[in-house]
Amino acid sequence: MNNLEFSILVGAGSFLAGLLGSLTGLGGGVVLVPLLTLFFHVDLRYAIGASLVSVIATSSGAAAAYVKEGYSNIRIGMFLEIATTLGALAGAFLAAFISPKALAFIFGLMLLYSAYLSHKPRPRAARNLPPDPLASRLQMNGDFPSEEGGLRHYNVQNVPTGFGLMFGAGALSGLLGIGSGAVKVLAMDQAMKIPFKVSTTTSNFMIGVTAAASAGVYLARGYIDPGLAMPVMLGVLAGSLTGARILVKAETKVLRLVFSVVIGVLGLQMLYKGITGTI
Amino acid sequence: MALPRAWTDKTIEDFVGILLRTGVTISAAVVLFGGALYLIRHGRSPAEYRVFRGEPSDLRSLHGIMRDAWGLSARGIIQLGLVLLIATPVARVAFSIWGFAAERDRMYMAFTVLVLAILLYSLLGSGSAF
Repeated sequence: MNNLEFSILVGAGSFLAGLLGSLTGLGGGVVLVPLLTLFFHVDLRYAIGASLVSVIATSSGAAAAYVKEGYSNIRIGMFLEIATTLGALAGAFLAAFISPKALAFIFGLMLLYSAYLSHKPRPRAARNLPPDPLASRLQMNGDFPSEEGGLRHYNVQNVPTGFGLMFGAGALSGLLGIGSGAVKVLAMDQAMKIPFKVSTTTSNFMIGVTAAASAGVYLARGYIDPGLAMPVMLGVLAGSLTGARILVKAETKVLRLVFSVVIGVLGLQMLYKGITGTI
Repeated sequence: MALPRAWTDKTIEDFVGILLRTGVTISAAVVLFGGALYLIRHGRSPAEYRVFRGEPSDLRSLHGIMRDAWGLSARGIIQLGLVLLIATPVARVAFSIWGFAAERDRMYMAFTVLVLAILLYSLLGSGSAF
């Protein structure tokens, strides 16, 4: 395959990953690395570098669209970014000492977990929770435009648990070159009881800053190849922007199911590659 | 756009939205330009990413990337676009400090300064990329 054919195919695959990732809210970065390593036989380290860069593009591009909708909460985002950036630094630092085999294995586990999370029925979000003293002091409680129309108020809970989970999300992001939106949403939606739409958009908002914290380390280490990152970044960006335009209205249940099955299968393949050492 | 008198979270969010969009648009344009140049010059060469060699040292540091881009090296121009992309969220955080200062919110100013310090440490300190 020559560079032109490679760029077109990788660009098309990345567009699809970005589109599905943004439509389902599961993130495109999570399938990018398996796509590049399993189908295009790209070395895992190059794949992680390209994925990390594209994650910044997706997050920033989509966040620009979301902030206008009034869902994301910049205070929650900024406070938790302390945890995710520290985690991302730790993850990027660790990545240098972990063999590609072990990375592939961890990646496989992460994919399977993402697939499982997206299948698990989300418990009905509790409403009208009492204000939590710490969250109130941090001015995290907010309002967002609800489905019924008008603004709905929410009170954030369990800030320390959320902060701890966010450190983990950052570390995974720095280690694997993904946005780890699934863990971020888990921390906000499940632990901190933040409404789902606020969680997903705030998570998206945070992903770019988290990824930037490890991108410098990856660039210096020579993991970011321009010839590979170019079609990946442009493809994912175009795909996710297309997806963000239809996100607010789209009914995505079936799509989510299909995409989570794809993620699960890719996870098994990454596990297999990690165990057999053929990565 | 006239500066509003009273700063609210909404004002910050609006500016952040514009900032992010501008950063991503500029970096995507630079990557696209470098990419077109790259494919015109090297489109027929075989794609080789199976074996990890690591990037040459000039594509790992800001100084080297600027020099390559200035010399119209296609890979240097793409890499410059990627650096601009990495800088976009950093600029967003830096701007938020100003926003929270205008709101006179000292606590969130401090949080934001901390996040910026971590980011700058990563970019300037840890990997010596820049």
